[in-house]
Amino acid sequence: MNTQGKVFKYPDNVDTDVIIPARYLNTANAKELALHCMEDIDTEFVKNVNAGDVMVAGWNFGCGSSREHAPLVIKTCGTGCVIAKSFARIFYRNAINIGLPILECEEAAEEINAGDEVNVDFDTGVITNITTGKTYKAQPFPEFIQNIIKCGGLLASLKEGSKNE
Amino acid sequence: MGMTMTQKILAFHAGLDKVSPGQLINAKLDIVLGNDITTPVAVNEFNKAGFDKVFDKDKVAIVLDHFVPNKDIKAAQQSKQCREFACEHCVSHFYDVGKMGIEHALLPEQGVVTAGDCIIGADSHTCTYGALGAFSTGVGSTDMAAGMATGMAWFKVPYAIKFNLTGKLPANCSGKDVILTIIGMIGVDGALYRSMEFTGEGVATLSMDDRLCICNMAIEAGAKNGIFPVDEKTVEYMTGRCERTPKVFEADADAEYDETYEINLSEIVPTVSCPHLPENTHPAKELGDIKIDQVVIGSCTNGRMEDMEAAYKILNGKKVADGVRCIIIPATMQIMRECVEKGYVTAFIDAGAVVSTPTCGPCLGGYMGILAEGERCIATTNRNFVGRMGHVESEVYLASPYTAAASALTGYICEYEEA
Repeated sequence: MNTQGKVFKYPDNVDTDVIIPARYLNTANAKELALHCMEDIDTEFVKNVNAGDVMVAGWNFGCGSSREHAPLVIKTCGTGCVIAKSFARIFYRNAINIGLPILECEEAAEEINAGDEVNVDFDTGVITNITTGKTYKAQPFPEFIQNIIKCGGLLASLKEGSKNE
Repeated sequence: MGMTMTQKILAFHAGLDKVSPGQLINAKLDIVLGNDITTPVAVNEFNKAGFDKVFDKDKVAIVLDHFVPNKDIKAAQQSKQCREFACEHCVSHFYDVGKMGIEHALLPEQGVVTAGDCIIGADSHTCTYGALGAFSTGVGSTDMAAGMATGMAWFKVPYAIKFNLTGKLPANCSGKDVILTIIGMIGVDGALYRSMEFTGEGVATLSMDDRLCICNMAIEAGAKNGIFPVDEKTVEYMTGRCERTPKVFEADADAEYDETYEINLSEIVPTVSCPHLPENTHPAKELGDIKIDQVVIGSCTNGRMEDMEAAYKILNGKKVADGVRCIIIPATMQIMRECVEKGYVTAFIDAGAVVSTPTCGPCLGGYMGILAEGERCIATTNRNFVGRMGHVESEVYLASPYTAAASALTGYICEYEEA
């Protein structure tokens, strides 16, 4: 599995309140919510994002609230992957649970620039910056988490697990 | 090598004699919690995956608190969906308007959570219950759905940071100043993935409300959980509240901690987190003239009885400064009732403040106190991110109830000085 697209770059400590402001959380409709993704720090994101594009950010991406709506709107916008130096723990868990690919890679997150064309291979963790030609290797997920991803999310993996018992 | 308090609770719930940091475990859950924002997403996932019953109707808690009484039609639909799910599955701990409170003030008060529990909640401030000596952490809606279906959750056993507390807080400081000071020291990801273990002789000097407030904001340092040892005050607080028997865990003497911080409570000063990150802390008196438009005293962080007492002590017989809107929100109906009985509500109204029934509303920019462009608020809430309380060009300063109430009287951010 892989994704390829252009990069939207964000700083450290991007919080879930800017990913999807709470004022819109009176609905759980992902398509409706996705219209407001990132709008408090980047009003252009929703207008310019295309399927497969990649978000690249600094430390502690997704800090703050536990709202699962945050990884959900990023995914619903078509974003193929988020690369960050680190992720806040609830966001990390939520992204895996709903099937939004995320990768931790400090060097890639530091060097990749906004607008670069990037290819990400989820099976190997290899990130290729097509614009500069440089490649990076992200931390692989533990096997347990890989299994959740392979099944298509946590609930699907639970169903799969109960079938095998 | 021994285990920390958190590691011992996790080992017990995973049915293991010993766990080590980094280990992936499956643990049994005592309570699975959701609110009116996160439960609808969980219910959709629960139904989509084809589950037809919750694992234990007495171990699921659903609290309508973010947008109730319903702020608009869409919020009303979400509340309705929670209500119908709770009714269909006979959820014992379902709290609707009239009985509800802000979840993290309500569950300890009602004895739904107790010492030794393993708790997940689809709300990041679920870490609050560590104050009772429980392992408690925030998760998302899908984890809530899985928890409701199976009664289990997977965890990576966390590494730990120890905070050794000594001394006693000055009279104009509270648990809020302690946790803001700590977040200022270690940063918003200073405890990322790890547990914050509070210990030391200073613990005994902190009230339960202080401890609940401190654990509440562990997430603001990125922590998986915060936890206090169980002492006489904890036992006294829990007695008569919880039907289940508390289980007391203690850290081993040779437990391993990544780092240890010494915190002398006597040296804590009234502290304010400036926009737009909780780690941006400064002593209140060093801030200069920062004019405010609004004050909010409430939330899962500081809407408890002691917070109301602090506000009363300062506002009683005084007037909120001209041009300042002061909003006071007792966190549960029981606290609200006590504020009425004790005459606090009358005093707040006479001071020129408004008093609302329990809601998370203003803290997350939902309703009941949204900020306009360029407006500034000092709040006893927990986050001051860009746009958190309204317009993206508005500002939120986080502080204790003492500092917030004192600032309401002057119209500028200031610390409370006893007359």
